[in-house]
Amino acid sequence: MKNFEYAQPRTEQEAVALLADQSKHSVVLAGGTDLISLMKRSVITPDRVVNIAEISGLQRIQRDEHGSIWVGAAVSLQSFLESSYTTELAAAQQIIQGIASLQLQAQGTVVGELLRRPMCWYFRSGHGLLAQQGRMVVEGDNRYHAILGNRRSAKFVNPSRLAPALIAAGAFVRIIKPGNDERFLELESLYQTPDQDGQTENVLTQGELVTHVMIPAQRDRLSAAYEIRHGEGPDQPLVSAAVGIQAERGIVREATVVLGQVAPIPWMAVEAARNLVGQPLNEQTATTAGIEAVAGALPLSGNEYKIQLTQVAVKRAVLRAAGLECGGLECQPPLEQDHHSGPLMV
Amino acid sequence: MAEVDYRWPENHKMRWIGKRVDRLDGLEKSGGTAKYTYDVNLPNQLIVRGLGCPHAHCNVLAVDISEAEKVPGVVYIHRLNAPGPNDDPVEIRADGTLLVAVAAENEAAAAEGVSKVKVQYKLLDAFTADHDLQSAEANGRTKPAGGGIELDEALGEPGDDEDEEEWENKVMQHLFDTSAHVVEGEYGIDSITHCCLEPHGATVHWVDGKLKVYLSTQNVSQADDGFAGALEITADDVDVTCDYIGGGFGSKFQPNYWGIAAAEISKVTGRPVKFMLTRDQELKIAGNRPSGYIKVKLGADANGVVRVWDSLHWGTSGFNGSTVAVGNIPYVFRPKSFRRKATGIVTDNEPSVAWRAPNHPQACAITQTAYDDLAAKMGVDSLDIFLRNLENIDTPEKAPVYAEQLRIAADLINWRKHWHPHGKGKKSGAVVEGLGIGIHKWAGTANSSNCLLKIHADGGVESYCGTQDLGTGTRTVCAMVLAETFGLTLDEVKVNIGSSTYPFSGASGGSTTVGAVTESHRRAAQDALAKVLDLVAKKLDVSADILDAVGGKIVARDYSGKEMTWKQACSLIGIQPLEVNSSYARGTASPLSSENVAGCQMAHVAVDTETGQVKIKRMVAVQDMGLIINRKTAESQIYGAMIMSIAAALFEQRINDPKTGVFVNSELADYRLPRLGDIGNLVVHLHEPESERARGVIGLGEPPAISGCTAISNAVCNALGVRVPTIPLTPKRVLDALRTAKG
Ligand SMILES: Cc1cc2nc3c(=O)[nH]c(=O)nc-3n(C[C@H](O)[C@H](O)[C@H](O)COP(=O)(O)OP(=O)(O)OC[C@H]3O[C@@H](n4cnc5c(N)ncnc54)[C@H](O)[C@@H]3O)c2cc1C
Repeated sequence: MKNFEYAQPRTEQEAVALLADQSKHSVVLAGGTDLISLMKRSVITPDRVVNIAEISGLQRIQRDEHGSIWVGAAVSLQSFLESSYTTELAAAQQIIQGIASLQLQAQGTVVGELLRRPMCWYFRSGHGLLAQQGRMVVEGDNRYHAILGNRRSAKFVNPSRLAPALIAAGAFVRIIKPGNDERFLELESLYQTPDQDGQTENVLTQGELVTHVMIPAQRDRLSAAYEIRHGEGPDQPLVSAAVGIQAERGIVREATVVLGQVAPIPWMAVEAARNLVGQPLNEQTATTAGIEAVAGALPLSGNEYKIQLTQVAVKRAVLRAAGLECGGLECQPPLEQDHHSGPLMV
Repeated sequence: MAEVDYRWPENHKMRWIGKRVDRLDGLEKSGGTAKYTYDVNLPNQLIVRGLGCPHAHCNVLAVDISEAEKVPGVVYIHRLNAPGPNDDPVEIRADGTLLVAVAAENEAAAAEGVSKVKVQYKLLDAFTADHDLQSAEANGRTKPAGGGIELDEALGEPGDDEDEEEWENKVMQHLFDTSAHVVEGEYGIDSITHCCLEPHGATVHWVDGKLKVYLSTQNVSQADDGFAGALEITADDVDVTCDYIGGGFGSKFQPNYWGIAAAEISKVTGRPVKFMLTRDQELKIAGNRPSGYIKVKLGADANGVVRVWDSLHWGTSGFNGSTVAVGNIPYVFRPKSFRRKATGIVTDNEPSVAWRAPNHPQACAITQTAYDDLAAKMGVDSLDIFLRNLENIDTPEKAPVYAEQLRIAADLINWRKHWHPHGKGKKSGAVVEGLGIGIHKWAGTANSSNCLLKIHADGGVESYCGTQDLGTGTRTVCAMVLAETFGLTLDEVKVNIGSSTYPFSGASGGSTTVGAVTESHRRAAQDALAKVLDLVAKKLDVSADILDAVGGKIVARDYSGKEMTWKQACSLIGIQPLEVNSSYARGTASPLSSENVAGCQMAHVAVDTETGQVKIKRMVAVQDMGLIINRKTAESQIYGAMIMSIAAALFEQRINDPKTGVFVNSELADYRLPRLGDIGNLVVHLHEPESERARGVIGLGEPPAISGCTAISNAVCNALGVRVPTIPLTPKRVLDALRTAKG
């Protein structure tokens, strides 16, 4: 790791002033679970690291007068999970519960999770996000890469596990920069697909800080997420889907379907969501939504299986949101306790 | 004094042996106070970081270290696999090969130094497609790796005028033509790495011309030779210490070139040097196990007993181009007629090194799967096929042991209740379940070992032995043997291991340690006890033959009531401690240890047919190991091995980039491993009938790590009715296999 300057501002304005300084390459340090490992591998070599943990106001989760929930950028995944707020955010709750490491839950932040960098192994070994305009991925091992939104150079997948769930809940982010300048973006608009070297996977410019994620009141909106994982560890899921659904007497009035781990951005499955409207929620409509969600998919040499996985993830997320059985391993009853089970003690 | 008759106490007299005993160093380890090599930091030490080659195959033309030397804190730069200013290019054949080592005041400076080294590479074609025999042949990357044919004697011999090969072909053809069932299949298992939690490395310093090394090693007693040879000094000038080691699995026998480099840098700089590999270097260059892929045709009689086997297998052991040893094909099973051939593939990867039970897990996984496919084809119970084929195995005397073990395992996994023919189970949602079996063997012969035992006049007992505790509980086992022999408690004996200054003991590899150290410690303890008993006999005026050491006392068996405490007995020794040096030489027939064990494992899995995810519900291991010393650590050993099998069966895989050959998943974030939730319910049964127990101690490190992958693969096949040919069985592979089967 390269030596760097460490700053610990107390206010939002101090922070953005430190980040905006053109003479230095500065980065935000939240929980550091992602950032530090990238620095250790010299993929990111900042001159200055700005820790936002002590900035007043960013440690809190609050509800405003409209019932929206504001999560500060220093709030850990665990505090968010343990707060009463996630009970109304089933999809987000399911995702955080699925983080198979207490250390990550305790140390990682919600906003940091939304902004963590892609896991693409070409990116993480120093070839940049586009890895030779996508050639390295196309000719290389792309089993975990994009099947959607991958027709140009970018082939990596957005790594955030929470983003689909929070997008499906209609979340916004609050972004500030020096000079009391603030803007609000729909969470999905925080992400972009880079097409030239030097661009990143989000729209933040130098000096900008995400201070909060704001999640509007969900009322009786249904939601669920379904991640297909290879094992129960903290590894990236192979694919995921999150849905938010407004239904009336069993008929869908409005729906959002967001896919994770399949495209350089959290992927809005617009068609699939639109076609759910007016339909009842059942195995058949869920299956159709899955098929429509991947209609435009273009597999690379080694990731065609992700198309099927995505269909299944969407189907199961819809079923789960509707409170129906989704038929996967997690629905299996535990093995009956045979007379022998457990270690045999002598 | 009479000849000492080395043997274990009778079963009913054993106080320690066979009991469940916590590791003596368990608290230190779990509390974090145990010092591993990685924890050793010497005053004024330099930290070294290696620069790994980022290409799988290239020539290193030139290395410019001038900018790196200017980095504040960088003290010295050492060339490893790199040309000097006027040298010829150096060819690199594996991603991660260390080119230069940068020694600095701290880790950050060393890392920055590494980033400032400028290297000129000339890229060469990289080949890593070890599964693809055709492409390997087309690229001139194959090497013959042995093989041959053995035919049932009853089939006669070729006539004088017949061409031998033609005759053999004809006979093989005839055997297949007359078989009731013929199975053809392809199976495979990818290369995995050792992935030691504590990476390889050493901390070294020179004191008065002597090299002192803290090395993470499985080979304390011989690593000094490795250093001495490379540094042109003699082994007596090298002391190696290893108190704790965070995993070796066969990869930590040598000092390795980075260990030697540490010593050289320390010599030049006059300062202690610490050189540990980084995580990705650990995975890339510090150890991997060869892959194996096979094409099999087998023919069986109407009962499903295999009569003929024909196979070609290939795979890679890295750039030296070997594969899984052909002698293990087919594994354990040995039909009367078989032909097997092997082809090695030269890939641009680091050469493989021994991995827990070298060759066996792979051989098992690529051959016993074919036996299971025979059951599938016949629509009969896999257990019956395994049982029937015990009539043709390479260790015929073990057939009854396997049969008994299979019966026990079947009972433990509830085989009869859960069994269904392949692909015929009932589906719950998208999920199907299945059962599978694998059987295995291992020698586990005791290694050579010496033990110096001191008994002090105050009753203190201490042993010295140049063995090492890989975390398996070797320290504890040594103490149990001493305590057993002297009738003492574990805290009344002190075991000293982990230093090359102690008497020689063999490397811990191949399941040879528990036999080795129990041989040397029991012998030393019996030798010393005989001397103590002689003294006591004189004092009590009885014959030494009727004295027993038990419960902290020396007691006469003649009901005379004559006895004396251990302390009183030892006070007879005099001021100088009683010292004995006892040895065991590998291969010496002995009632204390033996070799050759059998074992079997069964798996019960659930598979999601829509996602390809596999979940272990239960695994059962039934294992023979002769006489068990510590029941608890023996069980731990098996639990660990089963977890490693689950890792290899479902997760672990070295992934080489098909274009550049680099090892893309060499960080733990990408090198997938199972977590607690993936393990399921593990059931261990120590198979210890008197017939096996009476044979004495046999090593247990390797055997339970062999057949688990096979059992899992067979269980997945039983669930799906479709073979997923190559291990690890990832969701992608499961879905691909289902799609291929659908056509
Ligand atoms: C081994 C491993 C396993 C994991 N497993 C899981 C899992 O099972 N499930 C899961 O959901 N997640 C998982 N994660 C992701 C984990 O949740 C995230 O790494 C964590 O939430 C990131 O938060 P952080 O606060 O540590 O971010 P940091 O590492 O501090 O920051 C991440 C990135 O975001 C930028 N950033 C952070 N905050 C801001 C801000 N306010 N404004 C602008 N930029 C910002 C940083 O500069 C950096 O580039 C895993 C991560 C690792 C390393």
